[in-house]
Parts: sequence; structure tokens; C-alpha cells
Amino acid sequence: MWDYTEKVKDHFLNPRNVGEIENADAVGEVGSLACGDALKLSLQLDKEERIADAKFLTFGCASAIASSSALTEIIKGMTLEEAEKVTNQDIADYLGELPEQKMHCSVMGREALEAAIKNYRTGEDGKVEMKGEVVCTCFGVTKDEIERVVRENGLTEIEQVTNYCKAGGGCGGCKPAIQDIIDDITGAHHHEEQSGAPRRLTISQKIKLIEETLDREIRPSLEQDGGDIELIDVVGNTVVVSPRGNCSNCPASPITMKDLVEAKLREFVDDNIVVEEEKA
Amino acid sequence: MKPVYMDNNATTRVADEVYEAMQPYFTEHYGNASSMYSFAAEAGKAIKKAREQVAALLNCSPDEILFTSCGTESDNTAVKSVMEAHPSKHHIITSRVEHPAIRTTCRHMKQRFGCSLTELPVDGQGMINLDELRSNLRDDTGLVTIMHANNETGVIFPIEQITNMVKERGAIMHTDAVQTVGKLPLDMKKLPVDMLSISGHKLHAPKGVGALFVRRGVKLPPMIHGGHQEGGKRGGTENVPYIVGLGVACEEAMKYMDDENTRVKKLRDKLQEGLMTNSQDAYLNGHPDLRLPNTANISFEYVEGEAILLLLDAHAICASSGSACTSGSLEPSHVLRAMGVPFTRAHGSIRFSLSRYTTEEEVDFVIEKIPPIIERLRSMSPFGRSQKAMSS
Repeated sequence: MWDYTEKVKDHFLNPRNVGEIENADAVGEVGSLACGDALKLSLQLDKEERIADAKFLTFGCASAIASSSALTEIIKGMTLEEAEKVTNQDIADYLGELPEQKMHCSVMGREALEAAIKNYRTGEDGKVEMKGEVVCTCFGVTKDEIERVVRENGLTEIEQVTNYCKAGGGCGGCKPAIQDIIDDITGAHHHEEQSGAPRRLTISQKIKLIEETLDREIRPSLEQDGGDIELIDVVGNTVVVSPRGNCSNCPASPITMKDLVEAKLREFVDDNIVVEEEKA
Repeated sequence: MKPVYMDNNATTRVADEVYEAMQPYFTEHYGNASSMYSFAAEAGKAIKKAREQVAALLNCSPDEILFTSCGTESDNTAVKSVMEAHPSKHHIITSRVEHPAIRTTCRHMKQRFGCSLTELPVDGQGMINLDELRSNLRDDTGLVTIMHANNETGVIFPIEQITNMVKERGAIMHTDAVQTVGKLPLDMKKLPVDMLSISGHKLHAPKGVGALFVRRGVKLPPMIHGGHQEGGKRGGTENVPYIVGLGVACEEAMKYMDDENTRVKKLRDKLQEGLMTNSQDAYLNGHPDLRLPNTANISFEYVEGEAILLLLDAHAICASSGSACTSGSLEPSHVLRAMGVPFTRAHGSIRFSLSRYTTEEEVDFVIEKIPPIIERLRSMSPFGRSQKAMSS
């Protein structure tokens, strides 16, 4: 059983500000059913852009619910500028502390808040979007997110990164990449930049490289669920694949298989690759 | 508050009869069974009797029972010793839904010793496909280890058919039966498995004792090296009181076998039906019929298991969940995932496992307490709200 502080238990058993604000000024959404936790934050602002009211809906464990409740209590009465400075550590501190393995719940709170503020300022939908290179394919965690939790929380171990943002918590195939990110930030060592010289691949080289990339980057996470992905065809830069397994048809997945495969193939094979899915 | 204990697949209450029987072997008959004086003979006699009691439950010969420290040790011994005894047959077949005691041991054999490993998939009801097993059996298959019943869903595998198929191809057949010993009748004269694992604390003996049935003629080098105990198959001074406890527990299990398959099963059915009718979006995981009489694994969609368990805890109700948050990992149960249970349901899965001590009042209590807990969590959840009033 988790060792929760009294404050975590209190905010789980008696959560503050549950619900959804009608005609909210700002809405932020993060997570998914597939990932095991999700948070929808809605804010109402007064004339001075102070957070007059904040409400949450959360799917998740006790610490996810407590972190959401804590977040709403922390930000009520803040200006947006003040709210912007709230970190995941502030949420954890407010609750006394969170078990190390549950720190990702506080990160989820911070992400929802940022998404809501962005939603208010830009009018774009308040869903946390994935930017940049996906490092952890199991949980859809990008390099940017990993760098951020490492920097903001002074993390030095892969296990900590997993605790804070889930990256590496599935098949574990991305652990070397996480280590590289940690090393880069902590200055443990520096990589040589890969030379950006364009390559002209023969078709057999290209297919081989695509297969290698699927093997290394995609299949380990699918194997966890007994899934797989098959390379059906390569026509120019169009790659036809047929995914199998749970993730492939999971509507709640934060990233679709197509997006993921495309991102990885663009990263490792060719910038112009377009992936098409063929259902088995 | 007295706990409403519905987590008997995790561990069980030690039976009073077992506890009583163990007592003299701590402070009275504490001799080492290997010693040469008559004072120690009591210990030797007690072990002999316990071996007979375990053998009686399985209808095998006492010399086919090897005492171990737990079910996990029994499983480790089976896998590692067979692989050691038959180095040329380095292919292992297992299923995707095994307990970690088998799963991680087999994966270790693959990674560390280069054994080749096949993990058979299961269907949506948690059932294994026998044709798939047949087509994966090879000349170099040394060991097939497939559980008798799954600890999470209670799904029972057709172990007799599986074993016959495996024996035809000349491989060793092991089954992890820690969930079935004491719940289902087992007859080693009829079931031709070579090895079968038993865990004491799953059948009202204490934690810290287990056994491995090893059929006569099966070559089993020791995994734990040491003295000549257990016929040279396992070193280490015998844990006399616990072995006595396991023996009595097996004897008691025979007495309660009918109860388990009638009264307990009826209570389980009542619980299952009560929960499924009183909660929306509730689904049974696993085969509806081919299941342990005490187990019900139910998914409450759109809510998360740990949150359910903690709210149940407030009523002193004990159950377990296949959600990620309860496992200490970030992914939900490997069993439910192997069955293709959608993540949305796997995260909200709760396993109830009953025992001879479960009462109808307790079942009624749980049926009453669960639906409001599920509703409460759903009202907080951003999902599954389409037909429900938006709270605010």
C-alpha cells in the first residue's frame, strides 16, 4: 500500500473543486484513459485575469485526484502570471509530499494548468500537444517533456524520470535515450552531433532501415501487449504498415500508431516519409 | 473494524487448526530433523506425516513431495532444475499470463542462459489455444510450464489436455497450481504432469512454506545446494513448524473442498451478479464458467482501481486491482493486457477472491458499498459522463 500523507488522503477523500465550469474561460486537458490518468481543468477568470474559480475532473489514482484538488486550491486567486510559475513541486509540497513513484501526478497537474493558460491566450484547444521527438513510445512522452522534468526537478536517474513523467515505464526500450538526455543536461558527457549529410538510399537499404527502425523503436512497446506491426509496402516515401495489438486500435491513445511510426521513420530514415495504415 | 477480506488469491488467513498444530514445533519439538538423538526424532516424524498429508491431497506418493519455502521457490526450482538437467533441450514454452514467479524466471533463462522461450497468447476470455501449443512444441522443447488457474482472473486451463499433448512430444510438463490446490480436486494418478507447484499461504497455511510435486523418475538436480535434506533435492534445514502447518492445511483443504465448490461458489456468483447489475459499465474478466469457484475479476470502466481500493479500504473491504497504480509499475496487469482487455477497463479492474471464511453478510456488504464508490469516482472522472448529469 502507498504511504500517502494525511493531506493526500484528505484531498482524495474530500476533493475540493470537483466538476466542470460552464462557459469556462480556459480549459486544459491532459492524459488519457489508456495512460491510466487524465485531468480536465477548467478556469473562470475575473476582469483582472485572476483565477476566480477552478474546477477539475480527474480519472486516476488517489494521488492523481489529490494532486488535481491541490492544484485548484493553489491557483485560485492567482493572476495568470502567478499561475504560470506554479511547478509540479509546488503541488507536491502543498500535499506534504507524494511518493516518489507518484510524482507524475503532480506533473500532470502542472501540464493541465499550462494547457489551460495557453487555451485562454491563444484560443487553441486546451489539449496538451506533443511537440518534438517522441522518446517513450509506450506512454507518448517527448524529449521536451523529459528535459523539462529533469531540469525542473534536478533528476539524475532514469528511474526518477519514469516516476516523474512515466517515460521508460513500459517496455523500457527508451532507457538509453533517457540516460542520454540526463547526461546532456547534467553535463555528464556530450554527444557529437550527427552529421546532417543527406543520404540517398537504395530501395533495399531503405526497406532495411525501415525494418530496423520498427524493430528498435516501435516493436518493443507493442510486444508488451502481444502486438506487432508489419511492413506491407514501400512506394517512394509512402510506407504502408499494418499494426496489431491493443495500442493499434485504442481510441484513447494519446498518439496514434500512424503518427508514432511516421515520426520515428522521419527521424531515422527520411524526413519526407508518409505512413499509411492498412488494417489487418 | 474487522476486515471484510476478499483477497484470498493474494494470501489467506491461517486456519486455526493449522496454527494449533504448528505450536509444539517452535518451543517443544525444536530438534533438527537430521540429528541422531530421539529428541529430534519428533521433528522427523512430523515432516513425514506432513509429507503424507500433502501427498494425500494430491493422491501421489509422499516421496514425490518436495518441501520448499514458497510457491515462487517451487516454480524457480521446476524451471531452473529441468533446464539444468536437460541442457540440449533448451526450449521453454509458457503462457503470457503466468505469475511473475514463472514469467520472470523463464525470461531470465532466456536472457541469461540463452534458452529459447515461447510465450503462448490467450484469447479474450483468457483461454489458451491448444493448436497453438501443439504447433510450438519442438524436438528441443525441454519444459512446458503453464499455470493451472490464473491468479488474477481465476481462469482454469485444460491442464490434462495440455499435459497429454506435451508428454506426447517428450517434454517435461510443469504447472503452477498454487491457486488450485485446495480449491479443485487434483489427482496425480490421473493428471500426468511431471511437476506441480504448491504455495502454503494460498490454502490457509502460513507464508514461508511451499511444496513441489516431482513425479518419480523426473530428474531434478537441486537448485538450492547444501545438505542432504529432501532427498538431496533441496539443501537447508527443514522448516518443521511450517511444514507441519502445510500438512494440516492440506488435510483441512480436503474437508473443505465441497464447501469451496458449492457454498463459496454460490457466494462468488451472488457477489458477481450483484456488482454487475448494480453498476453501469461493469464487465467480467475471464471465462464465465471455466473459472475458480472463489474468484471474480470485474472491470468498472472509466474509474481507476487504486482509487476504488482506497475507498473500499475506508469500509475495511480488502480486494486487489490490475490497475497500473496498484502494481507499482505504470502499466496495467499483464494478464488483462494479454487478454486484450482495453486499457480503459484494465485500469478499473478489481479482483475479489473469497474463501471458506467468507460469509453472506460480507458479500451483501460489498454489494451495497461498491456502486456508490464507483458512481462517486465516475462523477469526478472526465470520461464516461455522456449519459450522466454533469456535476458542478
